[in-house]
Amino acid sequence: MLDVRDLCVHFPVRSGIIPRHAGFVRAVDGVSLHIQPGETLGLVGESGCGKSTLGKAIVRLLKPTSGSIHLEGTDITGLNQRALRPLRRNFQMIFQDPAESLDPRMSVQAIIEEPFIIHGLGDRANRRKQVHELLDRVGLPAAAGERYAFEFSGGQRQRIGIARALALKPKLIVCDEPVSALDVSVQSQILNLLVELQRDFALSYLFIAHDLSVVKHVSDRVAVMYLGKLVELAPAETIYRDPRHAYTKALLSAIPSPDPKVKRAKILLEGDVPSPINPPPGSAFGHRMSHPRYAETIGADLSLGRIAPGHWLAADPCCISNEDLAALRKGSGTRQSPA
Amino acid sequence: MSPPADIILEVDKLITSFETERGMLRAVDQVSFSVPRGKTVGIVGESGCGKSVTAMSIIRLLPQPAGRILGGQVRFKGLDLVRASDAEMQKIRGGDIGVIFQEPMTALNPVHRIGRQVAEIFRIHKKFSRRDAWDAATEMLQRVRIPDPEKRMMDYPHQLSGGMRQRIVIALALACKPSLVIADEPTTALDVTVQAQILDLMTQLQDEIGMSIILITHDLGVIAETCDEVVVMYAGRVVERASAADLFDHPLHAYTRGLLQSIPTLETPSKAVLQTIPGMVASLADHVHGCRFCQRMGRRSSVSNERPRFAEVAPGHWAEICPLCTSQ
Repeated sequence: MLDVRDLCVHFPVRSGIIPRHAGFVRAVDGVSLHIQPGETLGLVGESGCGKSTLGKAIVRLLKPTSGSIHLEGTDITGLNQRALRPLRRNFQMIFQDPAESLDPRMSVQAIIEEPFIIHGLGDRANRRKQVHELLDRVGLPAAAGERYAFEFSGGQRQRIGIARALALKPKLIVCDEPVSALDVSVQSQILNLLVELQRDFALSYLFIAHDLSVVKHVSDRVAVMYLGKLVELAPAETIYRDPRHAYTKALLSAIPSPDPKVKRAKILLEGDVPSPINPPPGSAFGHRMSHPRYAETIGADLSLGRIAPGHWLAADPCCISNEDLAALRKGSGTRQSPA
Repeated sequence: MSPPADIILEVDKLITSFETERGMLRAVDQVSFSVPRGKTVGIVGESGCGKSVTAMSIIRLLPQPAGRILGGQVRFKGLDLVRASDAEMQKIRGGDIGVIFQEPMTALNPVHRIGRQVAEIFRIHKKFSRRDAWDAATEMLQRVRIPDPEKRMMDYPHQLSGGMRQRIVIALALACKPSLVIADEPTTALDVTVQAQILDLMTQLQDEIGMSIILITHDLGVIAETCDEVVVMYAGRVVERASAADLFDHPLHAYTRGLLQSIPTLETPSKAVLQTIPGMVASLADHVHGCRFCQRMGRRSSVSNERPRFAEVAPGHWAEICPLCTSQ
């Protein structure tokens, strides 16, 4: 369905009064992943780790610096906007803040209808009918079409965003923090809707979020990202039951549990995510922890390797156990991207 | 009547309302709770439930002129804060009551160095000399575990990360060793790993200084991990109030149960249908006398004309008594 290989998105940084090239932000730095039809891949990480950039690059709202993106076998990495347009109906995006991603001057009808017009589908009456069906599908009354997005609550606006994304029957939807701006009781309504739509339309999701409980709930597999790189990727159940990377463990232990009786031992991290501008040359997380084996990681290959069926882990001596490291090194001949 | 010795703050039938184009909105509608000395009381609810307005009413930082306290008392150390003079309030704020806001970037002044902002507190409240205030500020940064405090004193807020900025705001709130700290969504803008650091820091400082904390959050996980007692608010009213253990163990009000069931946890089976609360948070603009939650559920209960009583159902466990919403 979706196959991403060694994807890099670097942004040039300019600084000074006379702007001068001052390096790159390596927002996404060599990420490989794939998503199967009907599958949800969760993508978690702290703010600034590059997860949104990765999502935007996949739907080609950003141009990747290097690497490749294949969607159903078609290479969309280098296509220009004109060539992309007919393909865009296959992949859509749902944004975090529905208030900002819906044009305040357009009626809901016009917002949801726009994809049909752009792709030259259907006549007026037909489009209207489709919009009504979509509104109904996401749980809004048909009368909502006549109103403007700002007249709706946050949860309802997110439903409008979902209806728009669904309009052209896409195969892949990149959901960028779709529920993080919503109240808990509304959040669960939207999560239920997304799960239901996936079942009905065999959608694939790339589900980007920072809330690990939400990600676990919707995902089949989960990828953990740290400073532009994936550090671990495994089936959702596995990654929560048996995390192998130190960063994944720290991230999981930090989730506050809504049960006062559960007192989990917390792994408290020192410091913050380092800047992706000129990141540490070796293991970024090893650097944050001032790990004694950090020196080994400079110049080393820290890409993902397979330690169990479907379980991929970065071969980083600072962050994984010696047994895992040995297993990864032994199998390094067969190491490849998780495809 | 002054509160018993182990109660530091007592909020009694507080009513706060806002004047808007659509008339008076009652954002806080007869809210009562108390804060024991050295304990943490959480206020939880969805956006617009009045939890922040309750906090801002306590320290009298309501937006002016729209917000007004119409009734009730806030008893703090023998003083009714609702009726205290502005001069008295100014002494208390940042002095005996510290405040931590959600967004550290707006709580800090972007054009002044960190050192000046922290030292200012000691200059104003303790009348320290310039040098003493500076030293005290450096020590305070050390207390909130900021590495290399001398150097950070010379930084501007934008040079620090979100977590570091929130530490500075905590340093400001705790500078005068307050007996109460009001923290309004202190970790909402932060990543989980940084949130864990900040909550851990607050708990440690509570052990050192012995202050009480009012923690306002929408995150039940944060509540469960840090609070001794919990106040659940819905549409301007307290619907339930209990110790954290009791509340999570056997919630009495349908709204509390709804909140608890609608969050996915690591134990929830994948892609299972989550419980939801139908509809959305009630608008304060419609005047409802009866049960607010029945209104959300679209129920016209027989008591819809009368406000449900707030009563103690079990020792220390209070709830609004609505025949349809409250289990006993």
